[in-house]
Amino acid sequence: MRSFEKYFRQNRLPHLWCPGCGNGIAMKAIVQAVERKGFTQDNTVIVSGIGCSSRASGYMDFDTLHTAHGRAIPFATGIKLANPELNVIVITGDGDCTAIGGNHFIHGARRNVDLTVVLFNNDIYGMTGGQASPMTPLNKKATTAPYGTVDRPFDACHLAQAAGATFVARSTAYHVTHLTDMIEKGLSNKGFSLIEAVVQCPTAYGRKNKMSDPSKMMMWMRDNAVMKAAWDKLPAGDRGEKFEIGVLYEDQYTDYAAAYEEVIDKAGGNK
Amino acid sequence: MNKPRLMQGNEACAEGAIAAGVRFFGGYPITPSTEIAETMAKLLPQVGGKFVQMEDEIASIGAVLGASLAGKKSLTATSGPGFSLKQELIGYAACAEIPAVIVDVQRVGPSTGQPTSPSQGDVMQARWGTHGDHPMIALAPWTVREAYDAAILAVNFSERFRTPVILLMDEIVGHLRERVVLPEPNEIETYPRRKPKCTRAEGYQPYTPDDDLVPNVANFGEGYHIHVTGLIHDETGFPVGSPKITEDSIRRLHEKIMRAEDEVIRYDEFFMDDAEYVVLSYGGVSRTSYEAVEKARAKGLKVGMLRLMTVWPFADKIVAKIAKRVKGILVPELNYGQLVHEVERAAAGQCHVELLAKYNMEIFTPQEIEDAIEKLCARGDK
Repeated sequence: MRSFEKYFRQNRLPHLWCPGCGNGIAMKAIVQAVERKGFTQDNTVIVSGIGCSSRASGYMDFDTLHTAHGRAIPFATGIKLANPELNVIVITGDGDCTAIGGNHFIHGARRNVDLTVVLFNNDIYGMTGGQASPMTPLNKKATTAPYGTVDRPFDACHLAQAAGATFVARSTAYHVTHLTDMIEKGLSNKGFSLIEAVVQCPTAYGRKNKMSDPSKMMMWMRDNAVMKAAWDKLPAGDRGEKFEIGVLYEDQYTDYAAAYEEVIDKAGGNK
Repeated sequence: MNKPRLMQGNEACAEGAIAAGVRFFGGYPITPSTEIAETMAKLLPQVGGKFVQMEDEIASIGAVLGASLAGKKSLTATSGPGFSLKQELIGYAACAEIPAVIVDVQRVGPSTGQPTSPSQGDVMQARWGTHGDHPMIALAPWTVREAYDAAILAVNFSERFRTPVILLMDEIVGHLRERVVLPEPNEIETYPRRKPKCTRAEGYQPYTPDDDLVPNVANFGEGYHIHVTGLIHDETGFPVGSPKITEDSIRRLHEKIMRAEDEVIRYDEFFMDDAEYVVLSYGGVSRTSYEAVEKARAKGLKVGMLRLMTVWPFADKIVAKIAKRVKGILVPELNYGQLVHEVERAAAGQCHVELLAKYNMEIFTPQEIEDAIEKLCARGDK
């Protein structure tokens, strides 16, 4: 057995994701990062929302919580504050995190709660069959955008940074080793960390947008993801469909549970 | 003995919750419940607990459910508009069997309504607000001291049955200040968090019901690697598509509370021995009803009073028994008529049921209820 396999509930596999889906790659990257960090299965909690990404929690052998749509971060906040000894990882998707959960996302970042949020960005609502999400790129097709989207997409990394996250990174299913590194760094940050994992959805997104072959979707990631240092030097006119990956932002700030310990001290609750 | 204090209902509710062992509060400001959050913000850190003001009503109950799963007794407070927002996760707590208390200090609705005025308009929302079939426990205190006691009882019921419990306050009791003597710590009974009765190696499953049909779900971080979901699940906690398991689990959610009905349904009776007519009240309105009944008695009218502390589950058997022996039941409510429908259903035609509805921002005067009692007595039913 490979060492990371112990982090999965073997009796709950195989997973329900479609052939060619990128979610499994991101899920494996999470457990490999957990293994490298030395977090135990007893002191780590996986919290997810609703959607394709969020089914990951059921396959992972930790205490796991499959919450309601968009609500993973509030539940995770309660868990972390109730027991700061626990390592809390949130698995969410582009719709779950930036549409219905958008308010929770920015406020989780603002409070700098010590959570590691891994956003599986597949550009689409997959579970419900391919509706446009707030991260579907402009002019792409979805069942609710049959003529192409006109809504401008969110950049979840910029959003998290602006809202106060203290670690922000992006990687892709193609760059799985790099993705694992990014998640490991996120787990090391004592504060709110966002790692956007760009994953392919050949079924609900690719088929509608002339990319139904998952390997071609991954090659698109290879060809368009640019490491941050190179991205910064890339003239705006040459960026096109390209996007930056790597550690995009880092900061040091007291995490919420630590800040609240000072409140308890002031109130005399630690006597 | 504790010294008497001048306390507000909302403060008493917060202090009662802390006495019951609540150590986590997630909240959002809303009139007329805000004092509960403010009191919690001040007192919780004094006992090592945590208060967090969340970004909205949904997030505050989300954080409360997360904290509860991690082992802390948890509570949130709101009013009508916020209560509507919280319904999503009240259903989650019912399905995933997470202990939590939701205080709703009722104000006039619908919508933003009359934020500072009293109402009992959320009675049916408390019962049926979230989607799907689920049981509900809701307690409605009528005094400041009972707001304290009901908070303790609500926390205890939530732990005992692993279910969300609604503390259905109203603006009358929430903002009322009166003299109270709080119980001594040794007079307070608290229900501890249920614990797993076996290990993983011995085949522990988090949702296996105990003899009382309530599962002993482990807290996160205790090594049990449990899975919690709002999908219908079997004893393992994992979702299943089985019609039989779906039926069994929805039935068990109801039965775990219904079989303990006598323990959950709390009420008072006044002047009932020879009563021919009864005033049925709950919450702050009961105070006015009591005065009206006393005055009617002084006039020689054979009227009694049933005061429900437990609004849900509804006291069917008690009301049916009373309906069998009296001529009429008067139901004064600060709404267009909500609990009266339950009274009519339980009375099942055995006596006349009369609604006295008021929904104009004002509370009843004793005279209004007394007049309604006299009118009811003058009907001469049976």
